[in-house]
Amino acid sequence: MVENRPWLNFLAHAVLIAGVLAVAFPLYVTFVASTLSFKEIMQVPMPLLPGSHLVENYSQVLSGGTTTGSKAAVSHMLVNSLVMALAIPLGKITISIIASFAIVYFRFPLRMFFFWMIFVTLMLPVEVRIIPTLQVITDLKMNNTYAGLTIPLIASATATFLFRQFFMTVPDELAEAARVDGAGPMRFFWDVLMPLSKTTMAALFVIQFIYGWNQYLWPLLVATDESMYTTVIGIKRMIVGSDAANEWNLIMATAILAMLPPALVVVLMQKWFVKGLVETEK
Amino acid sequence: MEKRVVFRSAWLPYVLVAPQIVITILFFFWPAVQAVWFSFQLQDAFGLKTQFVGLQNFTALFKDGNYLESFKVTALFSVLVAFSGLAVSLLFATMADRVVRGALAYKTLLIWPYAVAPAIAGVLWAFLFAPSIGIVTYVLKGMGVDWNWIIKGDQAMLLVVIASVWKQISYNFLFFFAGLQSIPKSLIEAAAIDGAGPLRRFWTIVFPLLSPTTFFLLVVNIVYAFFDTFGVIDATTQGGPGQATNILVYKVYHDGVKAADLGGSSAQSVILMVIVIALTVVQFRFVERRVQY
Repeated sequence: MVENRPWLNFLAHAVLIAGVLAVAFPLYVTFVASTLSFKEIMQVPMPLLPGSHLVENYSQVLSGGTTTGSKAAVSHMLVNSLVMALAIPLGKITISIIASFAIVYFRFPLRMFFFWMIFVTLMLPVEVRIIPTLQVITDLKMNNTYAGLTIPLIASATATFLFRQFFMTVPDELAEAARVDGAGPMRFFWDVLMPLSKTTMAALFVIQFIYGWNQYLWPLLVATDESMYTTVIGIKRMIVGSDAANEWNLIMATAILAMLPPALVVVLMQKWFVKGLVETEK
Repeated sequence: MEKRVVFRSAWLPYVLVAPQIVITILFFFWPAVQAVWFSFQLQDAFGLKTQFVGLQNFTALFKDGNYLESFKVTALFSVLVAFSGLAVSLLFATMADRVVRGALAYKTLLIWPYAVAPAIAGVLWAFLFAPSIGIVTYVLKGMGVDWNWIIKGDQAMLLVVIASVWKQISYNFLFFFAGLQSIPKSLIEAAAIDGAGPLRRFWTIVFPLLSPTTFFLLVVNIVYAFFDTFGVIDATTQGGPGQATNILVYKVYHDGVKAADLGGSSAQSVILMVIVIALTVVQFRFVERRVQY
């Protein structure tokens, strides 16, 4: 703080508190809505204090979804979301770390060609190649499989760059010493590079966990079968029509369940999250 | 930059890059090439015969009023999302940079929406603004506003902008906050000694020094508004009412998947590809400049 201006400090706190409340307001209403009965939620205005149907609503959606919209059990969707949220970061980290190891620590024909190939994928998001990619998935019979949901999303230019950048900062003496001691490239990779890359991997994992959990367009195309719905897709399928036809109390309970795991990851692993966010954007 | 010390092996590096390259070819390059190829073709109504038609799909697109309208909608949407998102986040970040007590608590409470999927953000706000039962609708009615985004285009646009901005505030906030903290305090102190007030210091020192961050965030937010808001649109307005929120990405999806217009949708994909390439080039040229600072 440069100088003491009490009114300005007051203003700063006031703006921040207003901001925090405005940002949290939808979450609060969602939570309240998830504890009300269908009848209570249909009142105008709806109650703004939590009701008594919390356990009832959550056990209903976990076991049987909604009654007017999708009847798929949310517990199963949570498992599907978790598979995506774990398989995507693990897959991305694995294939990116070995690819950047090859590009940094070896000289071989086509090395830069491969590097540029990986780079160009940045310019080809799913949205610009929807139908042909779906065609490939169908040809490989990967519709409605975990492989189809995850493998096409694990190629990653950003992760490859991140590891490449990190490997460039690893002192050459380490590789030299490993060679003098008679260690082969894979031995060096496992015993030296992997332990050094831990923090980078942790940061990437947190960001990619959220990325995997929140996927929308891709599962919408690939997971057409109820048993493969992720939680985010499941919510969409519960909304069937006008306000009166939607069981908003159950939809909101599902929304809370869909938000909770990634939100906990952000809040509890804030340090890794911020590191990952800042570094993947470089 | 190259490593001086390298390992030697005739086959190992190829094995190591293989998984990444195979996935890249299979799910990125091959589909992208096909999208370009399809965009020059016309399929008959039954999908049995295709015919090479050159640029006909593209000329048809640019004569199609709906497509041109979708361009306008996308431009308006991304400008609204980028500018209001940046303005609000910059305000919060400036305030958080000023407070001594509780900065970490404020930060934690402001960044969690990053974890919310765009589609869920859309659902939350659609519920708050629901025409008959929404709590915000109730308040607006009390103030004499006739709120119904299901039938009013400008209100539907406002809804998707609010949902998209709400989700993106956390991201912008973190980058602005980091940017503010890296501005040397001595500069601001010197200005304060010279008698410059807080507002003047902000506009003449802080804001110009923050411009690399602002520009970076502007590009990121435009990319976000173009592509990542698909979930917001699909979970709320689905492009409606009419064409009011039919952004380019949603139209590609709708025409290709729902309406099964292969050629037209592919031509739109190719145009989007050009836009992404342009945005990526802008982003990278800027990043390179930032590294030199």
